Amino acid sequence: MAMGDPQGRQATAAPATSVPVLELRGISKAFGPVQANKDISLQVARGAIHGIIGENGAGKSTLMSILYGFYKADAGEILINGKVTHIPDSQSAIRAGIGMVFQHFKLVQNFTVLENVVLGAEEGALLGPSLAKARKVLTHLAQEYELHVDPDALIENLSVGHQQRVEILKALYRQADILILDEPTGVLTPAEADHLFRILANLKREGKTIILITHKLREIMEITDTVSVMRRGQMTTTVKTAETNPEQLAELMVGRKVLLRVEKQPATPGRTVLEVQDLRVKDRFGVERLKGVSLHVRAGEILGIAGVAGNGQTELLEVLGGFATGTGTVRMNGKPIDLSGRHADGQTRRRDGIAHVPEDRQRLGLIMDFTAWENVAFGYHNDPAYQKNRFIMDNAGLLRETAAKMQRFDVRPPDPRLAAKNFSGGNQQKIVVAREIERNPDLLLIGQPTRGVDIGAIEFIHQQIVKLRDAGKAILLVSVELDEILSLSDRVAVMFDGRIMGERIPGETDERELGLLMAGMNGKAA
Amino acid sequence: MSFESYVSILDSTVRLGTPLLLACLAGLFSERSGVFDIGLEGKMLVAAFLSAAVAYTTGSAWLGLLAGIAGSLVFSAIHGLASITFRGNQLISGVAINMLASGITVLVGQNWFHQGGGTPALSGAARFRDMTLPFANELRDVPFLGPIYAELISGHSVLVYLAFLLVPATWWVLYRTRFGLRLRAVGENPAAVDTAGVSVVALRYAALAIAGVLCGIAGSYLSTALAAGFGREMTAGRGYIALAALIFAKWRPWQALGSTMFFGFLAAVSIRYPTIDLGVLVIPNEFMDNLPYILTVVVLAGFVGKAIPPRAGGEPYVKER
Repeated sequence: MAMGDPQGRQATAAPATSVPVLELRGISKAFGPVQANKDISLQVARGAIHGIIGENGAGKSTLMSILYGFYKADAGEILINGKVTHIPDSQSAIRAGIGMVFQHFKLVQNFTVLENVVLGAEEGALLGPSLAKARKVLTHLAQEYELHVDPDALIENLSVGHQQRVEILKALYRQADILILDEPTGVLTPAEADHLFRILANLKREGKTIILITHKLREIMEITDTVSVMRRGQMTTTVKTAETNPEQLAELMVGRKVLLRVEKQPATPGRTVLEVQDLRVKDRFGVERLKGVSLHVRAGEILGIAGVAGNGQTELLEVLGGFATGTGTVRMNGKPIDLSGRHADGQTRRRDGIAHVPEDRQRLGLIMDFTAWENVAFGYHNDPAYQKNRFIMDNAGLLRETAAKMQRFDVRPPDPRLAAKNFSGGNQQKIVVAREIERNPDLLLIGQPTRGVDIGAIEFIHQQIVKLRDAGKAILLVSVELDEILSLSDRVAVMFDGRIMGERIPGETDERELGLLMAGMNGKAA
Repeated sequence: MSFESYVSILDSTVRLGTPLLLACLAGLFSERSGVFDIGLEGKMLVAAFLSAAVAYTTGSAWLGLLAGIAGSLVFSAIHGLASITFRGNQLISGVAINMLASGITVLVGQNWFHQGGGTPALSGAARFRDMTLPFANELRDVPFLGPIYAELISGHSVLVYLAFLLVPATWWVLYRTRFGLRLRAVGENPAAVDTAGVSVVALRYAALAIAGVLCGIAGSYLSTALAAGFGREMTAGRGYIALAALIFAKWRPWQALGSTMFFGFLAAVSIRYPTIDLGVLVIPNEFMDNLPYILTVVVLAGFVGKAIPPRAGGEPYVKER
């Protein structure tokens, strides 16, 4: 889209600055007693990449949902190119030139790229002409912005990175002028993320405005021009990216000083605790998801498993945790453990000294409708310490113990009678971590320990993991966050397509090399 | 078995398969939009009753058809209100519709006609008569093709031809129009439709309305074309067999034609040959009646390829952040 000459307009506009492409004035939104957005004002300059950071629950998503017509603000107004614009639904947002790339893509899996792009933006009642036009436009957009996707491919056959390009294409096809991306790199390999940033730079060059919502400070520093920080529903600051630094931003987000690096001493590994040889797992469709994985974890060390989500990490944790079956050999403290599922389950794994913080805490780690103290008992409910007598559990004792755990792990609010669903993501995770770590296991399996967890809580959970390591325990850490893997692990194994692609020492490798391994390429060759 | 009896079995296949086909296409529209519709049975029953009652009262099969469609649409609207607007459970809403239809037709029928819940027999213009296609009688004596044209292709009511034309029409709407694209999308991922600025609710109501019209035609066909009047519970599970055929067809229009005609064929055979003697064993009539359900279980168990329903089927759409 051709850009108007800002100089020319300045002559007529009263203030000396050009009109912001997007301006929010006093936006407020409450859900019942929760004030999700409080008197938010924001100006976004045309042609800028504007970052918005904030912890989970800071109100970023609510604000963007208001902008995209999902919610109606209780108060405040939205100005686009200086004109007050009402956005009661997504259709109006699209008409106002706003395009949105959601964190969870809104694509129809068994449609082609072309069909997804025209959906809702068809030319007439018949499909043929719409598809033909979209095909032409797509070719053009692909060349202009490095947005190459096969228009006839089915979405379900595309990689996540390509699916994201389809989302961007959808917005551009609707002639979006302001593109909002919500946590766009969460699911991407480093190489895919780099490509995305190139695309965003191209879009910026063509005069599009980009709003980037992320919790990754590195991305903010790398690509944005200005950055706004949200905390507890309020917009606390907007600064030029060049005039700030990650430490300052983190402090603004959390409201106190935060350690971005994990402080830890070099590991002093002992005997081998977990030994895995040629582990194979098939899913329920008979597709092999683990194709002969071998690894070992020693006492007093953290083995990090890096990889893009869906390359077998989940299956690895599930089989080791005892709720999926596989073939191969797994030894725990030298003793073989059963993988067939016939003689073993989560209970026997716990007796073998394995504790598990699952990747998906809401599905596997907690029962959301149950209280904190009930959740603390799960998995260990047969423990004699929790029984009053042969028939009755010692609920009062459990309540006391949960209260103490909540104190130690700084769970807020520290109320053992509150249902799990009423805690924030970070505090839910602290409950699970407290339950598993305080059992003093020989081996801790921990998946995505800080997914959806606030920066302040991340720091705390990382400290707990390192503390357990220093107590001489073995830890198998699975995370899609490369930063997390690199800062916590003593050794890093990279998984791709059900195999271990290679093993590296964090101090002796970099994101680029790991990124290539994560994409299935051998780092040395490339 | 003679050539004539083959033709005659195929002829009743078409007659018995037509209501299944119409109901199956109704289910196709509604389930493709993500709304499970086990209320096909009830909608057909209401339409069968209303069309027979109105046709008897007015003496016009066409007015009967309109009344049947209207009744079926009202039930579709109830289903939509419960499961789209109020986001209730679609299966429960469907069951409720079937029970309501089963009760209300008999209650109103008994009050209206005092014939045990049925309507008096229809005759003359109150029924859809069989149409004779051009040259059917002249060509009857042509060997082989003659009887096929005269008996099988010619000599059905207008609703049968309509049902068959609806198959390519449905295919065309589904795969060649904007509405079809949106309909298929809303059954797979309503969030994609919503964020594209298209109303999920409006699309689903539109799909249910089409389903209502098709069920209305199916019900009217039962009481004013296939039979001559309404009898209590006259749909006799056809709505469920249509659902089975829909799964069998994997929610596709041409396959729906195939599966409903196949089930129609089973019905035709079981009527003509109540028991089939294979020499070594005798297949009882009950087996033939139940074959559609047995085959559906076989399909669902995954023996004949995978039947993947629309991904968002059965789930009310709730906007999420």
